[in-house]
Amino acid sequence: MKQALKKLGAFLLTMVIVSFVTFLAFQLIPGDPVTHMLGTSYTPERADALREQLGLKGPLLVRYWDWLRGFVTGAMGTSYSYNLPVSQLVGEKVGNTLALNALTFVLIVALSLPIGLFTVRRHGGAADRCLTVVNQVIMAVPPFFTGILFTWLFSVVLSWLPGKFIEFSEDPVGYWQCLFFPALALALPRIAMTVRMLRSTLLEELHRDYVRTAISRGNDSRAALYRHALKNALPPVVTFLAQTMAEIVASSIVVEQVFSIPGLGRLLLASINSSDWPVVQAIVVLLALWVMLAGTVADLINQRIDPRLRLGGAK
Amino acid sequence: MLEVRDLHVKFHSRQRQAVGGVSFSIADGEILGLVGESGSGKSVTALTVAGLLDREKAECSGSVLLDGVDLLKLQEPELRQLRGKRIGVVFQEPQTCMDPLMKVGRQVEEALAIHTNTSREERRRLAIQALTDVELPDPETVYDKYPHELSGGQLQRAMIAAAILTRPALLLLDEPTTALDVTVQAQILELLKKLNREHGISMLFISHNLYVVKKLCRRVAVMQRGLLVEEGDTQEVFYHPQHPYTQRLIAAIPTRQRPKP
Ligand SMILES: Nc1ncnc2c1ncn2[C@@H]1O[C@H](COP(=O)(O)OP(=O)(O)OP(=O)(O)O)[C@@H](O)[C@H]1O
Ligand SMILES: [Mg+2]
Repeated sequence: MKQALKKLGAFLLTMVIVSFVTFLAFQLIPGDPVTHMLGTSYTPERADALREQLGLKGPLLVRYWDWLRGFVTGAMGTSYSYNLPVSQLVGEKVGNTLALNALTFVLIVALSLPIGLFTVRRHGGAADRCLTVVNQVIMAVPPFFTGILFTWLFSVVLSWLPGKFIEFSEDPVGYWQCLFFPALALALPRIAMTVRMLRSTLLEELHRDYVRTAISRGNDSRAALYRHALKNALPPVVTFLAQTMAEIVASSIVVEQVFSIPGLGRLLLASINSSDWPVVQAIVVLLALWVMLAGTVADLINQRIDPRLRLGGAK
Repeated sequence: MLEVRDLHVKFHSRQRQAVGGVSFSIADGEILGLVGESGSGKSVTALTVAGLLDREKAECSGSVLLDGVDLLKLQEPELRQLRGKRIGVVFQEPQTCMDPLMKVGRQVEEALAIHTNTSREERRRLAIQALTDVELPDPETVYDKYPHELSGGQLQRAMIAAAILTRPALLLLDEPTTALDVTVQAQILELLKKLNREHGISMLFISHNLYVVKKLCRRVAVMQRGLLVEEGDTQEVFYHPQHPYTQRLIAAIPTRQRPKP
């Protein structure tokens, strides 16, 4: 419990640092948004008023504090180019991106665990060797390419996919169908990596002394794998999956473009193009939050698995 | 009860046989010591007797008779029935031989869970009894500890408890005290003596330390490069070694440890 609190504290601190660095970075980007927004109607007085309104005046730390307070309470400022609250813009898209990432993650876990275990049980056999080669190939293909291939195959050739994106509110089933192939494209290389990772850690664990002890007590090789080696092989895989989470977030930006999913990725790219810093800033901090959260959850899971990682927590 | 006849073991990856024709026997309730320098084939012999040798990596011939049944002729499922039930094994390093993520008590009772259908509570009771038998203080607490929370000596006691819980006929001890410091080592030897006396478990005690073997075993066999070079009464071998290799082994014991005849 105490440790969970400590973790939470560390998490919050890191978030503050990350958000401050992001905030600072956007302050340092050259170019004055006010000039940009006012365009031809620019007068020094108007510019001054707008600055006041956008919260661009005052010392840096005060402005950061205002922004942070706003962010936490959901008021993330105003978009320069749409003149809408950032929270509204982001709110419309964040669900789609989260759903895409979550589905990708579920696919990775649901497929790589059984495949990894299968290759270990058939270690050295033909099936294992085949899968190793297939893995190598899949790992090398970037998700955007698989994505292009999928859209071409499933919507152009087979027309299995609806022509346009279906919102969840319109048709929940259609929504998940729309997300399935993008998620699969994102997941495939990560599945290959996770399988390889799981396979090598499991094989390493299977050679350890405690597995020999387990066998000497009458376990068969299956029980030695599932009752002993698997649990020991999990912590590095959990950590790896958390890192994978961060990588999916990054590649989902591109994949959203390929599949025309109205998610944060598209909003982010559009906002970068139009120098809409409040939006970019909010998205960057949100994505960082998501990645950090994954890392923290992975740490907590690993502590549940391995008592040696519980500092002082175990009595 | 155990009779090993002309045992040969050869790893496919090696030229020389790891065990090149070894014969010995252990009577009911007897402790046989097996000594020899590193690489002489002691562990391989014990692993073969326990049926733990990877049959894809090595081939063996000869016979290992446990109460008249040749273990080398048994299939994997039949061997599994013997492991942990008729044959218990304790290895050298308790820290690496315990599953770090499983509570000590669960590991102690594991063989029982595999070979019998006793209830959880019954297993727990028996495991705590076994932990008491190996003279671990506060066995109830030890039961719920993880391996990293115990010392090497405590862990080795727990390993012994795990191995004797099913009352095996034969206990194979592969350098069980080598990784422990001298006082703990002496305590474990006393414990093994007691278990042998009280439960009549036959033991094969492997060590490269002839002095330790002398304290525990009435009979000793000496191995060198995969062969048994000498076998007999421990006192006899100790004070009147016939084979030059045995003489060298004895000469290698620090004189401080070597008791006067
Ligand atoms: N898995 C294996 N593959 C190939 N060779 C092996 C294997 N295990 C043991 N050997 C070889 O068999 C021989 C006997 O080894 P063994 O482990 O029985 O020696 P030991 O007497 O137990 O030595 P130690 O005192 O170091 O434990 C050695 O030459 C060793 O290299
Ligand atoms: Mg050895």
